[in-house]
Amino acid sequence: MATFTSNSAAETIAFARAWAQALVPNDVVALVGDLGAGKTHFVKGLLRGLESTEEATSPTFTLIHEYRGGRLPLFHFDFYRLNQLSELAEIGFDEYLDDGGVAVIEWADRFPEALPERARWLRIEAPSASERNFTEEEK
Amino acid sequence: MVNITPLLQHSIAPHPLLLAIETSCDETAIAILRGRALLASEVASQSAAHQPYGGVVPEVASRHHLRHAPQLLERATSDAGISLGQVAAFAATSGPGLASSLMIGASLAKGLALGFDKPYLAINHLEGHLLSPFFGSEAGIEPNVALIVSGGHTMLVEVNGVGDYRIIGRTVDDAAGEAFDKVAKMLGLAYPGGPEIERCAQGGDPARFGLPRSMLNSGDANFSFSGLKTAVRYLLPKIAAPEDGKVLSDLCASFQRAVVDVLVAKTIAAARAARRSLVTVSGGVSCNHELRTQMSLGCKRAGLELRFAAPRLCTDNAAMIAFAALLRWERGDSTPLTTEINPNLAL
Repeated sequence: MATFTSNSAAETIAFARAWAQALVPNDVVALVGDLGAGKTHFVKGLLRGLESTEEATSPTFTLIHEYRGGRLPLFHFDFYRLNQLSELAEIGFDEYLDDGGVAVIEWADRFPEALPERARWLRIEAPSASERNFTEEEK
Repeated sequence: MVNITPLLQHSIAPHPLLLAIETSCDETAIAILRGRALLASEVASQSAAHQPYGGVVPEVASRHHLRHAPQLLERATSDAGISLGQVAAFAATSGPGLASSLMIGASLAKGLALGFDKPYLAINHLEGHLLSPFFGSEAGIEPNVALIVSGGHTMLVEVNGVGDYRIIGRTVDDAAGEAFDKVAKMLGLAYPGGPEIERCAQGGDPARFGLPRSMLNSGDANFSFSGLKTAVRYLLPKIAAPEDGKVLSDLCASFQRAVVDVLVAKTIAAARAARRSLVTVSGGVSCNHELRTQMSLGCKRAGLELRFAAPRLCTDNAAMIAFAALLRWERGDSTPLTTEINPNLAL
Protein backbone atom coordinates (compact mmCIF):
# COMPACT_ATOMS: atom_id res chain seq x y z
CA MET A 1 0.00 0.00 0.00
CA ALA A 2 1.17 3.49 -0.74
CA THR A 3 1.98 5.79 2.11
CA PHE A 4 -0.51 8.51 3.01
CA THR A 5 0.98 11.69 4.43
CA SER A 6 -1.06 13.81 6.83
CA ASN A 7 -0.06 17.36 7.68
CA SER A 8 -2.36 17.92 10.65
CA ALA A 9 -4.56 16.19 13.19
CA ALA A 10 -7.58 17.23 11.10
CA GLU A 11 -6.11 15.52 8.00
CA THR A 12 -5.43 12.38 10.07
CA ILE A 13 -9.07 12.31 11.18
CA ALA A 14 -10.27 12.81 7.58
CA PHE A 15 -7.96 10.01 6.35
CA ALA A 16 -9.19 7.61 9.05
CA ARG A 17 -12.78 8.54 8.32
CA ALA A 18 -12.36 7.52 4.68
CA TRP A 19 -10.37 4.43 5.69
CA ALA A 20 -13.26 3.30 7.94
CA GLN A 21 -15.66 2.99 4.99
CA ALA A 22 -14.26 -0.42 4.04
CA LEU A 23 -14.35 -1.87 7.58
CA VAL A 24 -16.44 -5.01 8.12
CA PRO A 25 -17.40 -6.98 11.26
CA ASN A 26 -14.51 -8.68 13.08
CA ASP A 27 -11.85 -6.54 11.39
CA VAL A 28 -8.76 -6.05 13.53
CA VAL A 29 -6.60 -2.96 13.07
CA ALA A 30 -3.16 -2.89 14.70
CA LEU A 31 -1.64 0.55 15.17
CA VAL A 32 2.09 1.08 15.57
CA GLY A 33 3.63 4.46 16.36
CA ASP A 34 5.47 6.40 19.04
CA LEU A 35 3.98 8.55 21.82
CA GLY A 36 2.33 11.50 20.12
CA ALA A 37 2.21 9.86 16.66
CA GLY A 38 -1.55 10.39 16.42
CA LYS A 39 -2.93 6.92 17.16
CA THR A 40 -5.85 8.22 19.21
CA HIS A 41 -6.62 10.82 16.53
CA PHE A 42 -6.73 8.04 13.95
CA VAL A 43 -9.29 6.21 16.11
CA LYS A 44 -11.33 9.42 16.46
CA GLY A 45 -11.52 9.47 12.64
CA LEU A 46 -12.49 5.78 12.46
CA LEU A 47 -15.43 6.47 14.78
CA ARG A 48 -16.63 9.33 12.57
CA GLY A 49 -16.25 7.05 9.55
CA LEU A 50 -18.43 4.49 11.31
CA GLU A 51 -21.06 7.24 11.65
CA SER A 52 -20.70 7.49 15.42
CA THR A 53 -20.83 10.84 17.21
CA GLU A 54 -18.85 9.45 20.17
CA GLU A 55 -15.48 10.97 20.98
CA ALA A 56 -12.60 8.48 21.25
CA THR A 57 -10.35 9.20 24.24
CA SER A 58 -7.17 7.49 25.36
CA PRO A 59 -7.91 3.99 26.73
CA THR A 60 -4.64 3.83 28.67
CA PHE A 61 -6.42 3.87 32.06
CA THR A 62 -8.97 1.07 31.62
CA LEU A 63 -7.14 -0.63 28.68
CA ILE A 64 -10.34 -0.83 26.63
CA HIS A 65 -13.01 1.61 25.55
CA GLU A 66 -16.17 0.40 23.83
CA TYR A 67 -18.03 2.58 21.35
CA ARG A 68 -21.39 1.26 20.21
CA GLY A 69 -22.96 4.33 18.62
CA GLY A 70 -21.92 3.66 15.02
CA ARG A 71 -22.59 1.39 12.05
CA LEU A 72 -20.34 -1.23 13.74
CA PRO A 73 -19.18 -1.39 17.38
CA LEU A 74 -15.61 -0.22 17.84
CA PHE A 75 -13.39 -1.72 20.56
CA HIS A 76 -10.41 0.50 21.29
CA PHE A 77 -7.49 -1.17 23.09
CA ASP A 78 -4.17 0.12 24.36
CA PHE A 79 -1.23 -2.24 25.00
CA TYR A 80 0.89 0.63 26.38
CA ARG A 81 0.70 -0.57 29.99
CA LEU A 82 0.43 -4.29 29.36
CA ASN A 83 3.31 -6.34 30.64
CA GLN A 84 2.38 -9.94 29.84
CA LEU A 85 0.25 -11.65 27.26
CA SER A 86 -1.76 -13.40 29.98
CA GLU A 87 -3.13 -10.05 31.18
CA LEU A 88 -5.17 -9.76 27.98
CA ALA A 89 -7.33 -12.68 29.08
CA GLU A 90 -8.40 -10.58 32.08
CA ILE A 91 -10.05 -7.97 29.89
CA GLY A 92 -11.61 -10.59 27.60
CA PHE A 93 -9.51 -9.56 24.61
CA ASP A 94 -10.16 -12.68 22.49
CA GLU A 95 -13.93 -12.44 22.96
CA TYR A 96 -13.90 -8.87 21.69
CA LEU A 97 -12.12 -9.91 18.50
CA ASP A 98 -15.06 -12.13 17.44
CA ASP A 99 -17.86 -9.93 18.70
CA GLY A 100 -18.95 -8.49 15.35
CA GLY A 101 -17.22 -5.16 15.81
CA VAL A 102 -13.95 -3.56 14.79
CA ALA A 103 -11.02 -3.95 17.19
CA VAL A 104 -8.34 -1.25 17.07
CA ILE A 105 -5.21 -1.77 19.10
CA GLU A 106 -2.74 1.00 20.00
CA TRP A 107 0.85 -0.13 20.72
CA ALA A 108 0.00 -3.46 19.03
CA ASP A 109 3.70 -4.11 18.34
CA ARG A 110 4.30 -4.65 22.07
CA PHE A 111 2.42 -7.99 21.77
CA PRO A 112 2.12 -8.86 18.06
CA GLU A 113 1.57 -12.52 19.00
CA ALA A 114 -1.74 -11.56 20.61
CA LEU A 115 -3.23 -10.56 17.26
CA PRO A 116 -4.87 -12.87 14.73
CA GLU A 117 -3.50 -13.45 11.21
CA ARG A 118 -6.23 -11.30 9.72
CA ALA A 119 -5.10 -8.16 11.56
CA ARG A 120 -4.22 -5.19 9.35
CA TRP A 121 -1.06 -3.46 10.52
CA LEU A 122 -0.85 0.29 10.14
CA ARG A 123 2.42 2.04 10.96
CA ILE A 124 2.44 5.75 11.77
CA GLU A 125 5.73 7.56 11.40
CA ALA A 126 6.42 11.16 12.36
CA PRO A 127 9.22 12.74 10.31
CA SER A 128 8.42 16.19 11.78
CA ALA A 129 6.20 17.75 14.42
CA SER A 130 3.26 18.12 12.01
CA GLU A 131 3.83 15.43 9.33
CA ARG A 132 2.55 11.86 9.80
CA ASN A 133 3.09 8.99 7.36
CA PHE A 134 0.56 6.14 7.43
CA THR A 135 1.70 2.88 5.83
CA GLU A 136 -0.16 -0.42 5.82
CA GLU A 137 2.33 -3.23 6.32
CA GLU A 138 2.44 -6.83 5.15
CA LYS A 139 2.93 -9.24 8.05
CA MET B 1 -22.63 14.82 73.32
CA VAL B 2 -24.36 11.85 74.87
CA ASN B 3 -22.46 8.65 75.32
CA ILE B 4 -22.81 6.29 72.41
CA THR B 5 -23.73 2.91 73.77
CA PRO B 6 -22.41 -0.14 71.97
CA LEU B 7 -25.93 -1.54 71.66
CA LEU B 8 -27.29 1.20 69.38
CA GLN B 9 -30.10 0.16 67.07
CA HIS B 10 -28.22 0.83 63.85
CA SER B 11 -31.21 0.47 61.61
CA ILE B 12 -32.62 3.66 63.12
CA ALA B 13 -29.40 5.19 64.44
CA PRO B 14 -28.72 8.78 63.34
CA HIS B 15 -25.00 7.94 63.15
CA PRO B 16 -24.83 4.68 61.21
CA LEU B 17 -21.65 2.68 60.80
CA LEU B 18 -20.74 2.42 57.12
CA LEU B 19 -17.97 0.31 55.65
CA ALA B 20 -16.68 1.00 52.13
CA ILE B 21 -14.23 -0.84 49.88
CA GLU B 22 -12.40 0.79 46.96
CA THR B 23 -10.48 -1.32 44.43
CA SER B 24 -11.06 0.51 41.14
CA CYS B 25 -7.43 0.71 40.11
CA ASP B 26 -4.19 0.12 41.94
CA GLU B 27 -4.99 0.98 45.56
CA THR B 28 -6.81 -1.43 47.85
CA ALA B 29 -8.66 0.65 50.43
CA ILE B 30 -11.21 0.15 53.19
CA ALA B 31 -12.78 2.84 55.37
CA ILE B 32 -15.32 2.96 58.18
CA LEU B 33 -17.48 5.96 59.08
CA ARG B 34 -19.69 6.49 62.11
CA GLY B 35 -21.97 9.20 60.79
CA ARG B 36 -19.57 11.82 59.48
CA ALA B 37 -16.72 10.74 61.73
CA LEU B 38 -13.98 8.72 60.07
CA LEU B 39 -13.11 5.80 62.34
CA ALA B 40 -10.66 4.02 60.03
CA SER B 41 -9.18 4.50 56.59
CA GLU B 42 -6.72 1.90 55.35
CA VAL B 43 -4.92 2.10 52.01
CA ALA B 44 -2.49 -0.46 50.62
CA SER B 45 -0.80 1.25 47.69
CA GLN B 46 0.69 -0.76 44.87
CA SER B 47 2.74 2.03 43.36
CA ALA B 48 5.89 0.14 44.32
CA ALA B 49 4.68 -3.07 42.65
CA HIS B 50 3.93 -1.23 39.38
CA GLN B 51 7.01 0.98 39.37
CA PRO B 52 9.14 -1.34 37.19
CA TYR B 53 6.40 -1.26 34.50
CA GLY B 54 5.79 2.51 34.41
CA GLY B 55 2.06 2.03 34.81
CA VAL B 56 -0.74 -0.07 36.26
CA VAL B 57 -0.71 -3.73 35.26
CA PRO B 58 -4.21 -5.22 35.62
CA GLU B 59 -3.27 -8.71 36.71
CA VAL B 60 -0.74 -7.41 39.22
CA ALA B 61 -3.48 -5.12 40.51
CA SER B 62 -6.18 -7.76 40.98
CA ARG B 63 -3.85 -10.23 42.69
CA HIS B 64 -2.74 -7.47 45.02
CA HIS B 65 -6.35 -6.61 45.93
CA LEU B 66 -7.13 -10.24 46.64
CA ARG B 67 -4.15 -10.51 48.98
CA HIS B 68 -4.65 -7.22 50.80
CA ALA B 69 -8.42 -6.83 51.16
CA PRO B 70 -8.93 -9.41 53.96
CA GLN B 71 -5.99 -8.02 55.97
CA LEU B 72 -7.23 -4.46 55.51
CA LEU B 73 -10.71 -5.48 56.62
CA GLU B 74 -9.30 -6.83 59.89
CA ARG B 75 -7.14 -3.78 60.44
CA ALA B 76 -9.96 -1.34 59.70
CA THR B 77 -12.45 -2.99 62.06
CA SER B 78 -9.85 -3.27 64.81
CA ASP B 79 -8.74 0.39 64.36
CA ALA B 80 -12.37 1.48 64.47
CA GLY B 81 -13.07 -0.74 67.48
CA ILE B 82 -16.14 -2.26 65.90
CA SER B 83 -17.30 -5.66 64.78
CA LEU B 84 -18.66 -6.29 61.30
CA GLY B 85 -22.08 -7.19 62.74
CA GLN B 86 -22.54 -3.56 63.85
CA VAL B 87 -22.15 -2.14 60.33
CA ALA B 88 -25.38 -0.64 58.94
CA ALA B 89 -24.45 -0.90 55.25
CA PHE B 90 -21.61 -2.15 53.08
CA ALA B 91 -20.45 -0.13 50.07
CA ALA B 92 -17.99 -0.65 47.23
CA THR B 93 -16.82 1.16 44.13
CA SER B 94 -18.64 -0.39 41.17
CA GLY B 95 -16.91 1.58 38.39
CA PRO B 96 -15.34 3.06 36.41
CA GLY B 97 -12.04 1.21 36.63
CA LEU B 98 -10.31 -2.06 35.83
CA ALA B 99 -12.88 -4.87 35.64
CA SER B 100 -10.78 -7.50 37.43
CA SER B 101 -9.97 -5.09 40.26
CA LEU B 102 -13.50 -3.71 40.71
CA MET B 103 -14.82 -7.25 40.90
CA ILE B 104 -12.82 -8.03 44.05
CA GLY B 105 -14.00 -5.06 46.11
CA ALA B 106 -17.61 -5.34 44.97
CA SER B 107 -17.76 -9.10 45.61
CA LEU B 108 -16.36 -8.65 49.12
CA ALA B 109 -18.89 -5.90 49.97
CA LYS B 110 -21.78 -7.92 48.53
CA GLY B 111 -20.67 -10.99 50.48
CA LEU B 112 -20.58 -9.00 53.72
CA ALA B 113 -23.99 -7.43 52.99
CA LEU B 114 -25.48 -10.85 52.27
CA GLY B 115 -23.81 -12.49 55.29
CA PHE B 116 -24.91 -9.82 57.77
CA ASP B 117 -28.24 -9.16 56.04
CA LYS B 118 -27.52 -5.44 55.58
CA PRO B 119 -27.93 -3.17 52.55
CA TYR B 120 -25.31 -2.97 49.82
CA LEU B 121 -24.44 0.33 48.11
CA ALA B 122 -22.66 0.45 44.75
CA ILE B 123 -20.82 3.77 44.49
CA ASN B 124 -19.46 5.46 41.39
CA HIS B 125 -15.76 6.20 41.89
CA LEU B 126 -16.24 9.62 40.27
CA GLU B 127 -19.06 10.48 42.69
CA GLY B 128 -16.64 9.65 45.51
CA HIS B 129 -14.19 12.22 44.18
CA LEU B 130 -16.95 14.70 43.36
CA LEU B 131 -18.30 14.79 46.93
CA SER B 132 -14.91 14.51 48.67
CA PRO B 133 -14.40 18.31 49.04
CA PHE B 134 -17.40 18.22 51.42
CA PHE B 135 -16.05 15.28 53.42
CA GLY B 136 -17.27 15.36 57.01
CA SER B 137 -19.38 18.46 56.46
CA GLU B 138 -22.78 18.52 58.19
CA ALA B 139 -23.98 21.30 55.90
CA GLY B 140 -24.68 19.07 52.94
CA ILE B 141 -23.58 19.52 49.35
CA GLU B 142 -23.60 23.14 48.22
CA PRO B 143 -24.19 23.64 44.48
CA ASN B 144 -20.83 23.99 42.74
CA VAL B 145 -18.78 23.47 39.61
CA ALA B 146 -16.40 20.57 40.24
CA LEU B 147 -13.12 19.76 38.55
CA ILE B 148 -12.17 16.09 38.85
CA VAL B 149 -8.60 15.65 37.73
CA SER B 150 -6.68 12.37 38.01
CA GLY B 151 -4.73 9.76 36.07
CA GLY B 152 -7.84 8.38 34.42
CA HIS B 153 -10.21 11.36 34.37
CA THR B 154 -10.36 15.06 33.67
CA MET B 155 -13.85 16.50 33.78
CA LEU B 156 -15.94 19.47 34.82
CA VAL B 157 -19.26 18.73 36.47
CA GLU B 158 -22.10 20.95 37.58
CA VAL B 159 -23.17 19.62 40.98
CA ASN B 160 -26.63 20.58 42.21
CA GLY B 161 -26.88 18.09 45.08
CA VAL B 162 -26.33 14.39 45.86
CA GLY B 163 -27.08 12.42 42.70
CA ASP B 164 -27.82 15.54 40.66
CA TYR B 165 -24.84 16.00 38.33
CA ARG B 166 -24.37 17.37 34.83
CA ILE B 167 -21.08 16.81 33.00
CA ILE B 168 -20.17 20.06 31.28
CA GLY B 169 -16.75 19.16 29.91
CA ARG B 170 -14.16 16.40 29.75
CA THR B 171 -10.92 15.51 28.06
CA VAL B 172 -11.25 14.60 24.40
CA ASP B 173 -8.03 12.53 24.51
CA ASP B 174 -5.63 12.04 27.46
CA ALA B 175 -6.42 12.71 31.13
CA ALA B 176 -4.23 15.35 32.82
CA GLY B 177 -2.61 12.78 35.12
CA GLU B 178 -1.95 10.51 32.14
CA ALA B 179 -0.12 13.40 30.44
CA PHE B 180 2.03 13.75 33.57
CA ASP B 181 2.79 10.00 33.53
CA LYS B 182 3.61 9.85 29.81
CA VAL B 183 5.78 12.98 29.83
CA ALA B 184 7.57 11.70 32.94
CA LYS B 185 8.34 8.49 31.06
CA MET B 186 9.74 10.48 28.09
CA LEU B 187 11.97 12.36 30.53
CA GLY B 188 13.16 9.15 32.15
CA LEU B 189 11.45 9.95 35.46
CA ALA B 190 9.87 7.38 37.77
CA TYR B 191 6.21 6.29 38.03
CA PRO B 192 3.88 7.78 39.15
CA GLY B 193 4.89 10.77 37.04
CA GLY B 194 2.90 13.55 38.73
CA PRO B 195 4.84 13.81 41.99
CA GLU B 196 8.15 13.29 40.10
CA ILE B 197 7.47 16.15 37.67
CA GLU B 198 6.32 18.36 40.55
CA ARG B 199 9.52 17.58 42.47
CA CYS B 200 11.75 18.31 39.45
CA ALA B 201 9.79 21.49 38.65
CA GLN B 202 10.68 23.06 41.99
CA GLY B 203 12.76 26.18 41.37
CA GLY B 204 12.34 25.74 37.60
CA ASP B 205 11.38 28.53 35.20
CA PRO B 206 7.82 27.83 33.92
CA ALA B 207 8.28 30.38 31.11
CA ARG B 208 11.52 28.91 29.70
CA PHE B 209 9.85 26.60 27.18
CA GLY B 210 6.77 27.74 25.27
CA LEU B 211 4.31 24.84 25.34
CA PRO B 212 0.74 24.88 23.98
CA ARG B 213 -2.34 25.61 26.10
CA SER B 214 -4.69 23.40 24.07
CA MET B 215 -8.39 24.23 23.70
CA LEU B 216 -8.07 27.37 25.82
CA ASN B 217 -10.32 29.20 23.36
CA SER B 218 -12.36 26.22 22.15
CA GLY B 219 -15.55 27.85 23.43
CA ASP B 220 -16.57 24.74 25.36
CA ALA B 221 -15.53 23.16 28.66
CA ASN B 222 -13.54 20.29 27.11
CA PHE B 223 -9.84 19.59 27.60
CA SER B 224 -7.10 18.14 25.41
CA PHE B 225 -3.66 17.11 26.68
CA SER B 226 -2.50 14.92 23.82
CA GLY B 227 -1.06 17.87 21.85
CA LEU B 228 0.93 19.02 24.88
CA LYS B 229 2.44 15.54 25.23
CA THR B 230 3.35 15.61 21.52
CA ALA B 231 4.86 19.10 21.87
CA VAL B 232 7.18 17.86 24.63
CA ARG B 233 8.07 14.86 22.48
CA TYR B 234 9.23 17.17 19.63
CA LEU B 235 10.88 19.67 21.94
CA LEU B 236 13.18 17.06 23.51
CA PRO B 237 15.51 16.45 20.52
CA LYS B 238 15.98 20.24 20.18
CA ILE B 239 17.24 20.61 23.74
CA ALA B 240 20.98 20.04 24.09
CA ALA B 241 20.96 18.27 27.47
CA PRO B 242 17.39 17.67 28.69
CA GLU B 243 18.63 15.52 31.56
CA ASP B 244 20.73 18.39 32.94
CA GLY B 245 19.37 19.46 36.35
CA LYS B 246 18.48 23.05 35.48
CA VAL B 247 17.12 22.25 32.00
CA LEU B 248 15.04 19.35 33.34
CA SER B 249 13.73 21.55 36.10
CA ASP B 250 12.70 24.30 33.64
CA LEU B 251 11.14 21.74 31.31
CA CYS B 252 9.10 20.15 34.11
CA ALA B 253 8.03 23.58 35.37
CA SER B 254 6.99 24.67 31.86
CA PHE B 255 5.01 21.47 31.26
CA GLN B 256 3.35 21.60 34.67
CA ARG B 257 2.37 25.24 34.19
CA ALA B 258 0.88 24.50 30.76
CA VAL B 259 -1.39 21.82 32.27
CA VAL B 260 -2.29 23.97 35.27
CA ASP B 261 -3.06 27.09 33.18
CA VAL B 262 -5.62 25.20 31.12
CA LEU B 263 -7.22 23.51 34.15
CA VAL B 264 -7.56 26.84 35.98
CA ALA B 265 -8.84 28.88 33.02
CA LYS B 266 -11.39 26.28 31.94
CA THR B 267 -12.68 25.68 35.48
CA ILE B 268 -13.23 29.38 36.13
CA ALA B 269 -14.92 29.86 32.74
CA ALA B 270 -17.21 26.89 33.48
CA ALA B 271 -18.16 28.26 36.92
CA ARG B 272 -19.04 31.60 35.35
CA ALA B 273 -21.04 30.00 32.54
CA ALA B 274 -22.98 27.87 35.04
CA ARG B 275 -23.43 30.92 37.33
CA ARG B 276 -21.96 29.13 40.31
CA SER B 277 -20.01 30.94 42.99
CA LEU B 278 -18.30 27.82 44.37
CA VAL B 279 -15.58 25.77 42.69
CA THR B 280 -14.43 22.38 44.03
CA VAL B 281 -11.37 20.38 42.99
CA SER B 282 -10.73 16.68 43.62
CA GLY B 283 -8.78 13.70 42.27
CA GLY B 284 -5.12 12.69 42.36
CA VAL B 285 -3.75 15.63 40.37
CA SER B 286 -5.38 18.05 42.83
CA CYS B 287 -2.54 17.17 45.24
CA ASN B 288 -0.28 19.14 42.90
CA HIS B 289 0.85 22.30 44.70
CA GLU B 290 1.17 24.37 41.55
CA LEU B 291 -2.47 23.59 40.71
CA ARG B 292 -3.52 24.49 44.27
CA THR B 293 -1.61 27.78 44.15
CA GLN B 294 -2.78 28.87 40.69
CA MET B 295 -6.38 27.77 41.22
CA SER B 296 -6.50 29.72 44.50
CA LEU B 297 -5.12 32.85 42.81
CA GLY B 298 -7.45 32.49 39.82
CA CYS B 299 -10.59 31.95 41.92
CA LYS B 300 -9.67 34.86 44.20
CA ARG B 301 -9.33 37.16 41.17
CA ALA B 302 -12.63 35.89 39.76
CA GLY B 303 -14.43 36.34 43.08
CA LEU B 304 -15.16 32.61 43.37
CA GLU B 305 -15.12 30.49 46.48
CA LEU B 306 -12.83 27.48 46.25
CA ARG B 307 -12.84 24.18 48.08
CA PHE B 308 -10.22 21.45 47.59
CA ALA B 309 -10.55 17.87 48.72
CA ALA B 310 -8.09 17.25 51.57
CA PRO B 311 -4.84 15.80 50.15
CA ARG B 312 -5.41 12.43 51.90
CA LEU B 313 -8.72 12.20 50.00
CA CYS B 314 -7.22 13.06 46.60
CA THR B 315 -5.48 9.83 45.76
CA ASP B 316 -7.75 6.82 45.60
CA ASN B 317 -9.14 5.98 49.02
CA ALA B 318 -12.20 4.40 50.57
CA ALA B 319 -13.09 7.28 52.90
CA MET B 320 -14.56 9.24 50.00
CA ILE B 321 -16.53 6.16 48.89
CA ALA B 322 -17.85 5.72 52.44
CA PHE B 323 -18.87 9.40 52.54
CA ALA B 324 -20.73 9.15 49.21
CA ALA B 325 -22.35 5.94 50.51
CA LEU B 326 -23.42 7.73 53.69
CA LEU B 327 -25.09 10.54 51.73
CA ARG B 328 -26.84 7.94 49.55
CA TRP B 329 -27.85 5.89 52.62
CA GLU B 330 -29.34 9.00 54.24
CA ARG B 331 -31.57 9.38 51.17
CA GLY B 332 -32.72 5.79 51.58
CA ASP B 333 -30.77 4.44 48.60
CA SER B 334 -29.52 0.88 48.34
CA THR B 335 -28.31 -1.29 45.46
CA PRO B 336 -29.62 -4.76 44.54
CA LEU B 337 -26.96 -7.46 45.05
CA THR B 338 -27.48 -8.51 41.44
CA THR B 339 -26.06 -5.22 40.17
CA GLU B 340 -22.82 -5.90 38.31
CA ILE B 341 -19.68 -3.81 38.30
CA ASN B 342 -19.23 -1.64 35.20
CA PRO B 343 -15.71 -0.72 34.04
CA ASN B 344 -17.16 2.10 31.88
CA LEU B 345 -19.68 3.36 34.45
CA ALA B 346 -20.74 6.92 33.62
CA LEU B 347 -21.40 9.58 36.25
